[in-house]
Amino acid sequence: MVRRLDMVLSSIGKKELMALSGLGFIGFLVAHLAGNFTILSGAEALDGYAAKLEALGPLVWVAEAGMVTMALVHVLVGITLVVRNLQARGQRYAMKKSEGGRTIGSRTMWLTGPWILVFVGIHLAQFTFPHKLTEEAPALSKLVAEQLSDPIWAGYYVVTMLILALHVSHGFWSAFQTLGAAPSRSGYLRDTAVLLAFVFGAGFSLLAFMVFNVPDLLK
Amino acid sequence: MELTLRVWRQAGPNAPGKFEDYQAKDVSPDMSFLEMLDFVNEDLIRQGKEPITFEHDCREGICGCCGTMVNGKAHGGFEGTTLCQVHMRHFKNGDTIIVEPWRSRVFPVLKDLMVDRSPFDKILHAGGYVSVNVGGAPDANAIPISPNAQDTAMDAAQCIGCGACVAACPNGSAMLFVSAKVSHLDVLPQGKVETVRRTRAMIAKMDELGFGNCTNHAECEMACPKKISISHIARANRSFWRALFSHES
Repeated sequence: MVRRLDMVLSSIGKKELMALSGLGFIGFLVAHLAGNFTILSGAEALDGYAAKLEALGPLVWVAEAGMVTMALVHVLVGITLVVRNLQARGQRYAMKKSEGGRTIGSRTMWLTGPWILVFVGIHLAQFTFPHKLTEEAPALSKLVAEQLSDPIWAGYYVVTMLILALHVSHGFWSAFQTLGAAPSRSGYLRDTAVLLAFVFGAGFSLLAFMVFNVPDLLK
Repeated sequence: MELTLRVWRQAGPNAPGKFEDYQAKDVSPDMSFLEMLDFVNEDLIRQGKEPITFEHDCREGICGCCGTMVNGKAHGGFEGTTLCQVHMRHFKNGDTIIVEPWRSRVFPVLKDLMVDRSPFDKILHAGGYVSVNVGGAPDANAIPISPNAQDTAMDAAQCIGCGACVAACPNGSAMLFVSAKVSHLDVLPQGKVETVRRTRAMIAKMDELGFGNCTNHAECEMACPKKISISHIARANRSFWRALFSHES
């Protein structure tokens, strides 16, 4: 048992934890995006969807507990990996060029990660906690319409979704490589990651853009 | 041709280092990079100065001794080429070339461009071998091995341990080296029997020495003079899962 724990806490073990929690979040994002598309059918559809989700009761709690666990693992393990990586180099190079393997997604993971973490905090405070904490919170559709009618907030959401897309463009492929399932540096998993990044980036941004531009959408 | 070399000079492991500029005159485009350094060193010796220390041995790309950062890329960044096989015809008259040792906390600079790569040996001591008795040399083809396995093992065994993967990795990770050794032995029947022990021991040693963590940038594959693929890293990650769930003690 002790040996197993040592292995889980080894460099590869920590990477596997990053991969598994990251893939969990990808699954969540797919469901979240699909749910968000109810926005296009109007306020009733969105509020109805939210009510159905809440009606799941204990299942919601289980899912939320899982999400919190994944977030803690992804963030805490991520921080330990970054700290260790900074220590491993020691003296910096006076001149270092890319050898050609890095992508814009892979080289910005340490920036896009914290950005998304801050966003998640803001996002929960804006849409999730009002409903969890108070009985008389306005309907979700009202909250969404209010928030996204502000050009600064709408812009922040769109920018964040593009940053999320960058994170996924490396993270999705990287998770499979870490799990041992990727066949090579290039290949279909790499392409799938870029496609998925595009779907998330374009999908979530499109909805924010629609709410901002069509004031009657959520009435 | 005439070149300006900006070379890292450091008297010893604990001495402070700095870049110094040297003029390399009458460099022939047919010289290898190391021959060019020899040429500069002869000049330095004639002037009574300390020659530039750099590691080298076979000078035919198979020993793994040479290797520094040249203009920000490992071994100069020429595809599948060690520094000793890089020729000066790739440079232009008047170029300034920046020559820097591998930078890794685990590979301390011993002198000038020479670093201590013995941590790689320590990883091999931990598990990069076959210790079961495999008997005498069997008849050819007595143990069937698929061509795929042969190719994979041979590709992985090409690793010369030069350290370019660690040097090029933004995280200073040794995963390409370790995974090449794990793959090379794991895919062959003689090595397969010890995969659990080997994987556990080599990962533990790699971590203990202080290498960074792989984040799948693939810079190592691009920098590797033997073009070792990160598909070996994926294979080593599979060996990790096998070792994690194994009941072997």
